[in-house]
Amino acid sequence: MRLDTDSGDDVAQLEAGLDALQAEQPGRSAVRPAIGKALLPVLALAAIVYVWQMYIWIVQPRPDILPGPADVAAALGSLWGDGAAQETILTSLERGVLGFLIAAVIATPAGLLLSQHKGLRAAFGPLISGLQVLPSVAWVPAAIIWFGLTDATVYFVVLMGAVPSIINGLISGVDQVPPQFLRVGHVLGANRWQQATRIILPAALPGYIGGLKQGWAFSWRSLMAAEIITVGGSMGFGLGSLLQQGRDLSDMAIVVSAILLILAIGIVIELLVFAPVERRLLRGRGLLKAGAA
Amino acid sequence: MTSQNTVLQRAAAQLEISGLSKRFGPDAPLVLDNVNLRVEQGEFVALLGASGCGKSTLLNLVAGLEEPTAGELKAPEAAFMFQDASLFPWLTAQANVELALELRGVGRQERAEQARELLELVHLGGAGRKRPHELSGGMRQRVALARSLAQSRDLLLMDEPFAALDAITRDLLHDELERIWRRTGRTIIFITHNVREAVRLGQRVLLMSSRPGRIVAEWRVGDGLDARDRAELSGEITTELRREIRRHAT
Repeated sequence: MRLDTDSGDDVAQLEAGLDALQAEQPGRSAVRPAIGKALLPVLALAAIVYVWQMYIWIVQPRPDILPGPADVAAALGSLWGDGAAQETILTSLERGVLGFLIAAVIATPAGLLLSQHKGLRAAFGPLISGLQVLPSVAWVPAAIIWFGLTDATVYFVVLMGAVPSIINGLISGVDQVPPQFLRVGHVLGANRWQQATRIILPAALPGYIGGLKQGWAFSWRSLMAAEIITVGGSMGFGLGSLLQQGRDLSDMAIVVSAILLILAIGIVIELLVFAPVERRLLRGRGLLKAGAA
Repeated sequence: MTSQNTVLQRAAAQLEISGLSKRFGPDAPLVLDNVNLRVEQGEFVALLGASGCGKSTLLNLVAGLEEPTAGELKAPEAAFMFQDASLFPWLTAQANVELALELRGVGRQERAEQARELLELVHLGGAGRKRPHELSGGMRQRVALARSLAQSRDLLLMDEPFAALDAITRDLLHDELERIWRRTGRTIIFITHNVREAVRLGQRVLLMSSRPGRIVAEWRVGDGLDARDRAELSGEITTELRREIRRHAT
């Protein structure tokens, strides 16, 4: 009898011990790797600037062919000083972000529909994959004819770049949902709507975020291409326009400055928006070690 | 204790299968052939067989995941526990259990409380906030057990739920499952290819033949059996199982 009353507690204690032995050990502090992660790219950047400066000193190219780091820094400084840099960055960012958001709003329901409906997917799948490969700058001439030199042209090109990427990301995310999750959902009594919203969508989230990230990259690239080609009319003056203006003025320091600004925005958005979201998502699912980036 | 009673106590349930057959496609070979089985309410039945004997197919039919080709099957809605815990990685242990309650239509307030009770029942009261990847294999399987109990079904189907666990953990989960079975009065059908596990857990052990699957032998495991009796019974069942497997050598 004593054994009987004890056995519950006994099992509980045994299990607690085993759980403690088998559970994942807490990861080591991530502070040191984080510093190293920030330091290494800075060192790489310093090395590139150093090589660039050495080239300027040794080869002494004409400044209108290749300006030195100091010239570019000065050009950036004056662009910043007279507010041109801020204005172009804001104009481009506004268009890029707005275009990207519109693309996401269009692509998300479309992607869900295509992932769930076999016939639609068979019909439109190859077309969407094709559109994803087509450089969206190819749409610029058509867009100019349709919309003229207005912001609509820019948004159209951005959408044609971003929408297919986001649709495809979502579809592949849904495809990669383990079938076992669907069986569990079925056994737990989920209806079709619950299956889609409570199981398929959250399970497909990593693929969807990947698609959004690629969609942003396509948005940004398409935007720059559109801004370089279409200047004037009622259009605002963005980073791509600045780049084009530098070329028209044969001012290589402005050209390099514009390229650096475009690059910097891309890096900043990736580091501040997508990387943290992705990291949080993957870490929550145990797909990333605690100390890793 | 009233809320616990609503979670844990079940009404009468029984399973009746007669002449059940299953083939996948009109020209495919029979997977199950004329299976007859009756399970009383509150019974713990261990279904034993070699690989490919259609054990899992039988369970899927009972769960309604597949349709029988012929025969009759009278089963209540069943809870299901798989070989892998199949917890949703984006939800905490608590939320995994709560999702089962939610899909059953339990209100938000009660969900949290019942999920906590169920996790405490499997001795995981302190792990509710953990994600599945932070739990060991045994802990995950216990969360899965809590989740299947949350379905509040009379019949619990278990498809080799402990096969992927190490021996120490498996032994412990046998004790755990037996305790929970006695406490909740569930009817359990437990699939395994491990003779000792079948004898350890089942009140009745059913042996299935392979290709096509039939139930070919049955043993009752009395409550009063001591270790030696159980070992003897295991030996007898193993002999029978091996004879069944050897039949396929020719």
